[in-house]
Formats: sequence, structure tokens, C-alpha cells
Amino acid sequence: MAKDAERLERSGLQHHSPEPPAPDGPALLLRELVSHLRQNRTQLREEWARRITEAQLLTAMSKDEIFAEATAVYDQYVEALETGTFEALQAYARSLSERIIPRGVETHEVVGIVLLLRDVLARSLFAKYQADFRKLDRILDAYEPAANRIANTVAVGFVQERERVIRQQQEAIRELSTPVLQVRERLLILPIIGVIDPQRARQLTEQLLRGIRTNRAKVVVIDITGVAAMDATVANHLVQTVEASRLLGATVIVTGLSPEIAQTLVTIGVDLGKMNTVGDLQGGIEQAERLLGYKVVPISAGGS
Amino acid sequence: MEVPVLKQGPFLIATVQAALTDDDLVQLRKAMVERVVGSRSLGVIIDVTAMDIMDSFASRTLREIAQMIRLRGAETVIVGIQPEVAFAMVQLGITLEGVVTALDLEEGLDYLNHRFKSST
Repeated sequence: MAKDAERLERSGLQHHSPEPPAPDGPALLLRELVSHLRQNRTQLREEWARRITEAQLLTAMSKDEIFAEATAVYDQYVEALETGTFEALQAYARSLSERIIPRGVETHEVVGIVLLLRDVLARSLFAKYQADFRKLDRILDAYEPAANRIANTVAVGFVQERERVIRQQQEAIRELSTPVLQVRERLLILPIIGVIDPQRARQLTEQLLRGIRTNRAKVVVIDITGVAAMDATVANHLVQTVEASRLLGATVIVTGLSPEIAQTLVTIGVDLGKMNTVGDLQGGIEQAERLLGYKVVPISAGGS
Repeated sequence: MEVPVLKQGPFLIATVQAALTDDDLVQLRKAMVERVVGSRSLGVIIDVTAMDIMDSFASRTLREIAQMIRLRGAETVIVGIQPEVAFAMVQLGITLEGVVTALDLEEGLDYLNHRFKSST
């Protein structure tokens, strides 16, 4: 670890000193390295693209797209090597990730292509300096730490962007999946679909209580037909939701309990006297209407 | 701090201000029962809209007020419990069992009117 830090310092990447570079010093070597990579840009880039295809990476993208991104990555790579600064690269990595994540590009592909570029460039350095082993050694001293930091920067940028997208999607799903719907004056329906974990249960309760206050609801029908299973923790959350709603003056009717959930509720000893349950959503709405004093009558056919 | 109590027809309305100490609650309990007796009220509304916490002592005292008032033949409704307060209460297992609750003053009066319309 200490040796790497030493190397990094020696390679001149930590400092941007304005003094004239010593002959064969790290800064001069770096310049030589960078100009070699710029001069051979076209064939090195092609070599890299070939190896990407060979390794069957970026299959979600077209050849033109790969070429365009490869060009940008190559230039950014060389730029980072030259300047020793990584902010531009970080920003590029994030914007690249934003572009390719929706295309279904995976983490291993991004890490893979960056490592391939590192290999392609390293090989070209071996080829160029093979006659002078000592010089090759010093060139690699300049190249390796920077190349590794570049690979790291790009990979981390990609992963961070992925995590951001996932969090965003989770939030959106949570909001979409607990709608509190007013179907009549003073009557709310809360259809729950899918898996309820304690966090979602909590969010649900908060949303419902706010909905009761906003809509001045007197009756709420919570339909759990779409909930496959419920553990004791979540069942308790449901009971708490019923009790909290009562404190706001609303009666809760729970509908759509599956046999499994009914079993869970009985097993954990829920006081069923506290919970008003009806078989299905239709029955629940009908009971709610009765509680509110509505009676639904068909419009008589053949009348005026 | 004394809780203001107003008379509205056959009902009494007590509006709780923000933070009630345990002593204030005990005072309230005493005052409510005396007022119910004195004014021969049929119902009492206790408005707790301004309360941002409801602990177990407050809840127990409110339950006691309702029980004592019931012994006088009158009905109590607690109104105005805020969503956050309700949520916190159920998590702590404080339920205000056996006490009628309503969303707000309007709903509370509506409830009492219905109760007593049917009995006249």
C-alpha cells in the first residue's frame, strides 16, 4: 500500500509542478506516454473495439454506438492520464451511465471494457519499449496507477448511477402502489397489491390517515385481495392502521382476506372484534354505503 | 392552564390548547364533570386539535372524563386527533378504548345531534 502511494507520488500525478521536468523524470515519461497514445489513437481504438466484440460485451448497443462511446472513452482516458485530474472523467462516467443503463448495459460490461482498454494500451507500451526494459519499467510506473484509478472511477461512477436509478424507481413504485381513492362522499378505498413490508405498511398508514383528514372520510375500505401473504409484523401494522383510523373518526372495513392471511390473523391473536371484515371488495363497499346511509337502487326501466 | 369550555345548546365544547401538563388534565377532568352537572348537558366535545402529543396519562384521563360524564347520562366525543398523533399513539399501544372519536368539531356535533335526535 505504501509502495503504491510512493509510486503515485513519483509518477507526478499528485502534483502539477511548474518546474521544468527532469530528463527521464516521471512527468516527461508521462508526456511521452500520452503522446504515444494520441499518435496511435486510431489503431488502438480499433484494437479495443475488436476486443470488446470478441469478449461479447456491450451486445445491447449497435456498432456505431460502441464506436462513438469508445472514441469518447478513449479521449477521456488519455486526458485523465495527461492531466492527472479525474473530475472530468467522473462527470463523463456519470453521463455515460445515464445513457447506457436504460439500454440494459450491466456492471460487468462496463468494468470489462475499461479493463480491456487498459490492457490494449499496456500491450502497445510493451511493444514500443520492449528493447529498453528499464525504460518500460519506468513508463509502467507512470501508467499503472493512473490506469487503475481510471478503471475505478468509471466503475464506481456506473454503480453509483445504477443505485440512484434503483432508488428512484423504488420510490415511484411505492407511491404508485398505495393510492387512496375517494369513491363516494366520505368513503375511501385503499386497494393494496403486492408485497407489504413494514416500511410500505408504514407509508400506507400515513397516506391513509392524511387521506381521511383531507377527504373527511367516515368509512375506509382496505382491500387486500392482491396481497398474497402477511407476516405477524405486517398484520399488526394493519391492526394499528384500523385503530389509528378510528381515532380520526373513520370506520375501517377490511376486505379480500385470503385463507392464509385469515389464518395469520387468528394465529397472532388479533382481536377480531376490533376489525370489521367482509369477504370481498363488493361486499365491503355495500356495507360501507349502508353505514353512510346510502342505498343503491336500480333506475327503473321504462320509467319517465 | 385552564381549558376554555363553551356551551352550544345542550352540549359543551372544551377546546384544549397546545401543551397540557398532568395537572391541567386533572383540572380538566374535575371541571368537565362539574360543568356537565351544572348545565345539565347531554353531550361534551373535547377538541384536541392543538395537541401534538398524546401520552398514556392524557389518554387515560380522557377515558376517565368520558366514563364520569357517562355516569351523568351524557355522551363524550373526542375530536381533532391529528394523523401524526394518531399514528404515534397506536404505535405506543395507546388506543382511547371505549371513547367515541370524530374527525373534527363539525363531525362531533353531527354525531351528538344524531344521538339525541333519535332519543327525543
